[in-house]
Amino acid sequence: MTNSRAEILAKVLKNQPELQPLPADLVTVTHYDNPIENFKTILTNIGGSAVNVPDYQSIQDYIKTHFPNQRIVSTLAELSAISEQGWENQDPHSYENVDLAVIRAHFGVAENAALWITEDLMHQRAVPFICQQLAVVIQAKDIVETLHDAYVNIADSVYGFGTFIAGPSKTADIEQSLVLGAHGPKGMTVFILD
Amino acid sequence: MNTEFKDHSELSDIFNKDEARVDWHDETLWFVRAKRDKAAHGIPEWESLREAASQIKNNVLSNLHDYLVEFEENARKNGVTVHWAADAAEHNQIVHNILKEQGVNRLIKSKSMLTEECHLNEYLKKNGVEVIDTDLGERIVQLAEEPPSHIVLPCIHKKKEEIGDLFHEHLGTPAGMADPVFLTAAARTHLRETFITRKAAITGVNFAVAETGEFVVCTNEGNADMGAHLADVHIACMGIEKIIPKRRNLSVFLRLLTRSATGQPITTYSSHFRKPRPGQQMHLVLVDNGRTTQLSRPDFRNSLKCIRCAACMNTCPVYRRSGGHSYHTAIAGPIGSILAPNLDMKEYADLPFASTLCGSCSNVCPVKINIHEQLYKWRQVIVKEGYAPAKKAMAMKVMEFTLSSPFIYKNAGKAGRWFMKHAPFTVNNKLNLWYDHREMPEVPKESFGEWYNKNVKND
Ligand code: SF4
Repeated sequence: MTNSRAEILAKVLKNQPELQPLPADLVTVTHYDNPIENFKTILTNIGGSAVNVPDYQSIQDYIKTHFPNQRIVSTLAELSAISEQGWENQDPHSYENVDLAVIRAHFGVAENAALWITEDLMHQRAVPFICQQLAVVIQAKDIVETLHDAYVNIADSVYGFGTFIAGPSKTADIEQSLVLGAHGPKGMTVFILD
Repeated sequence: MNTEFKDHSELSDIFNKDEARVDWHDETLWFVRAKRDKAAHGIPEWESLREAASQIKNNVLSNLHDYLVEFEENARKNGVTVHWAADAAEHNQIVHNILKEQGVNRLIKSKSMLTEECHLNEYLKKNGVEVIDTDLGERIVQLAEEPPSHIVLPCIHKKKEEIGDLFHEHLGTPAGMADPVFLTAAARTHLRETFITRKAAITGVNFAVAETGEFVVCTNEGNADMGAHLADVHIACMGIEKIIPKRRNLSVFLRLLTRSATGQPITTYSSHFRKPRPGQQMHLVLVDNGRTTQLSRPDFRNSLKCIRCAACMNTCPVYRRSGGHSYHTAIAGPIGSILAPNLDMKEYADLPFASTLCGSCSNVCPVKINIHEQLYKWRQVIVKEGYAPAKKAMAMKVMEFTLSSPFIYKNAGKAGRWFMKHAPFTVNNKLNLWYDHREMPEVPKESFGEWYNKNVKND
């Protein structure tokens, strides 16, 4: 085998132009009057729904009403009364018939309704993608304005896998008609704890 | 590939036979363009975002050697196996070897324009490996045995009735069923089954961070994640230009990418892969395939800044009315017409001419590539190198001659206006490539020069 690595790097070194500086980091310059309201509006626009809740009991009540008789898994100890026990540490394929997965996010972003979730909050990476419906719990105080603020928060934290999730899985590949639930969750509920 | 070579204008002729479809295609893409405008206008600091993105990418290209080395080192520390491929053939071999080692002959793939560029699917098929594309649009064109016609919306050229027919034939949906909700649900069932049963997954890469060794993959459907998190082996393939220096640079690119692409504030999933999950193998293939050559061309190197948002295609009047397949290359539209001649100047000599040079592409480009200027420069290079299609070379010479003399320019305009008014067929005929299938604009009675002399100078 030829040493492509050395060849490519040599060509890059030879052909790259004179050094140009990296620009200064951008910060949030346009501020929202009410970031939480903005988050909720965007989330609704992209097919999700936001529910303000005072406590975990209200989350349980909401889930009992809206997702009766379903397979529910959760990484939140506060929701153990309504979720399956001992679901962890299975082959990830076995979560294919999970109706609702409830997990936590580190924070949300007002400009695009994205939630930052790292794998320690998912239990297994496949969980938020393979479930039929996803619900995420965040604190109202943890909604930042833009992605610039988001990466200030993330900083140099260490994770094996992390993702921004904004709304349910979707596609518009057939004649630009928006359809929710392409491969992943068909719906997404965000519980905002005051 | 094809024995009978057809150039862009001949392929456009085929597309243009069905005028109603052309109108529909045009309007659909303009609708996407309008959504982009709305999203961009919602961000008052949009222009400073574009400027920052452009500067970050300039920095990347000017320091690419060190960033690649840094990225590789960090990715290795994270437990990712890094491979280097000089060209498409080596890329395909590397992927095939990984699969052979694992004894895998069926795999799933989420969207990756790089693997399209390398014709990976064909290569693997020849070697007995079954590939299933999982992006819905890509799955549709795969069933139709066609290449994608657009980098973000792969089956934008297809009507829902045609998709219904394909699904009826391959997935057993009822005949005549063309409802997008129903068809998407059928695809979901079919593809979920494949996700569950495949052991290897290929994804593309949108951004790779030198500082951390992580790479980011953006999808709306969640197909890259479904594939990668269920498979034992994840292979991510990327062009060497996808590197960015710092993790925090992602804020700039993620704010721009989807707003420019579809007008969404962000894709549903922006997944940051840093380490394989326990028991999983993660491979990353870094591909050159002509990129270092493009880097050596001062006039064209900044085409490597492209983040593949497709805004330049959606806005392009030629793309909208000629369709992605008329570009006969993996990446269609204005940016594809700059990238392709770098790979093969002769085969793609026609593409830089498939533009009105109106500059709309450069105006929407989130990383500020001077797309239309590069198209114009490619024309000059191609004519000089003797690759230009004969008719176009002649037109270029006449134009050069006309523009080089103010006297001839003035009178050429006058003559042109006279001809268009009194004998439009001499302009709107088969020899005139520009006006082929185009409505001629109404002829102004006087040129700007004449009007100016009469109305402004006299004031
Ligand atoms: S050239 Fe610019 S507008 Fe076109 S796809 Fe690339 S980034 Fe987008």
